[in-house]
Amino acid sequence: MDNIDWSEIGQATLDTLAMLGGSMVLTVALGLPLGVILFLTGKGQMLQNRLANGVLSLLVNVLRSVPFVILLIVMIPLTVALVGTSLGVAGAIPPLVMGAAPFFARLVETALREVDKGVIEASFAMGAKRRQVVLGAMLPEALPGLVAAATVTAVALVSYTAMAGVVGAGGLGDLAIRFGYQRFQTDVMVVTVVLLLVLVQALQMVGDAVVRKVSHK
Amino acid sequence: MITFQDVSKTYGQGGHVALREVSLSVEAGEVFGVIGASGAGKSTLIRLINGLETPTGGRVIVDGDDVAALGVEGLRALRRRVGMIFQHFNLLSGKTVAQNVAFPLKLAGRPPGEVKARTAELLERVGLTAHAGKYPAQLSGGQKQRVGIARALATGPKILLCDEATSALDPETTEQILDLISGLNRELGLTIVLITHEMDVVRRVCDRVAVLEAGRVVEAGAVEDVFLHPASDTARRFVREGEGEIGGEVSAAPGVGGRLVRLTFQGEATYKPVLGEVARATGVDYSILGGRIHRLRETPYGQLTLALTGGDVAAAIARFQDAGVRVDDLSETA
Repeated sequence: MDNIDWSEIGQATLDTLAMLGGSMVLTVALGLPLGVILFLTGKGQMLQNRLANGVLSLLVNVLRSVPFVILLIVMIPLTVALVGTSLGVAGAIPPLVMGAAPFFARLVETALREVDKGVIEASFAMGAKRRQVVLGAMLPEALPGLVAAATVTAVALVSYTAMAGVVGAGGLGDLAIRFGYQRFQTDVMVVTVVLLLVLVQALQMVGDAVVRKVSHK
Repeated sequence: MITFQDVSKTYGQGGHVALREVSLSVEAGEVFGVIGASGAGKSTLIRLINGLETPTGGRVIVDGDDVAALGVEGLRALRRRVGMIFQHFNLLSGKTVAQNVAFPLKLAGRPPGEVKARTAELLERVGLTAHAGKYPAQLSGGQKQRVGIARALATGPKILLCDEATSALDPETTEQILDLISGLNRELGLTIVLITHEMDVVRRVCDRVAVLEAGRVVEAGAVEDVFLHPASDTARRFVREGEGEIGGEVSAAPGVGGRLVRLTFQGEATYKPVLGEVARATGVDYSILGGRIHRLRETPYGQLTLALTGGDVAAAIARFQDAGVRVDDLSETA
């Protein structure tokens, strides 16, 4: 274990957590409304609109079909325009969000589809406005599914942050590639992998606990 | 209170026809039943009343408003005057019983103090005060429907729509919920429209009934008339299903001669020894081929199919009629 510089590992862990936290907040902020609109403009829904749904759906599919490593590189000019740099934690967040938000949006759409149509109908029958139906009935009813979707997305983001290390984002993935892989420091590799595993496990456990808490089925 | 004028509903372009030129009217304060098999159009019919569906032809007038002509706000105002309960309750699973009941009040923007007081009052009314903090998944079916009823009453509607409200409940719970619905009709003067596929539900609570078959009203009238003297095959089928095969109609019995008649006793006449008196007085003998004795809401009734032999049959029929018993001669029609 003589290759291990614990302060460097500590810093890398903090960087990973910062990338994860920052990109997760923005992913939810962008992906949730996108998913809601995708769902509501879909066939038979209250804002049914083939054009809007088609365009959004295509955008989401395009972004989701680009491998994340490629997206990281392709996004560099946009990233620089947005945050002034393509390096470090700040430089990693735009591509992370761009990669994860469409993914989360699809999961949101799926979660909303699971909401009992009878509940939506009953809300309208009570005299609810569309906005009240979406905010007061549809989203609260989908909450367990939305939390599960966020958990899956956060776990996916952890592996994205590791890839972001390739283009100089820092973090545990970067450490694993530079020291563990390129310098054959197996001990560094093992420690970073274990830390990533612990992080993923922790995210999943917290996510599952929250789902249990908000689910009253 | 509710009028359907030649209402038609077709889904999609040239697609499925759910209702064909339906005309009917529901008076204020009555319990009106719509019975039909699944796919007969009853779900569509009840949803036209609160504008969850829009007619493709004709007009639906509810409490003085043409539903299709109302704007968004008008329709929301109408929906606060028309409560609705559902077969599968459609409660918000993530909200407690009290929050579910409070939901329509919050939607209507009522102040928190009023919401709280009204919610407590409604829970008291349906007997769920002790369960206010529970989630729907912790309740039995009957309790869930009580929450549905409390929620439907929250905004003080004049009309209550019941969409197969007891179809998912066991017989005992069905009876409790029907009692509750009848009570609301009597005590609050609510006009109630209920759709069902069970004649028993109609028999217990409805004043009038319309029988729906393939999108058309094939028969409508007072429950007594439709139930005791169904004119359409559909109505006859529902009556028979409600009673089981044993009490069913007997139109001919092998080896039994004489005049086949059906006697209908209603109210007081049900308990009088009319049959024996008439037989002694006219010398007529009778064989009982089929019969049923039951209640329509509070009114007892009996219906017997007899074969009359010997004696003065014509005089016997006249005496039955004098005693307030309706006589249908089945030999003539057979």
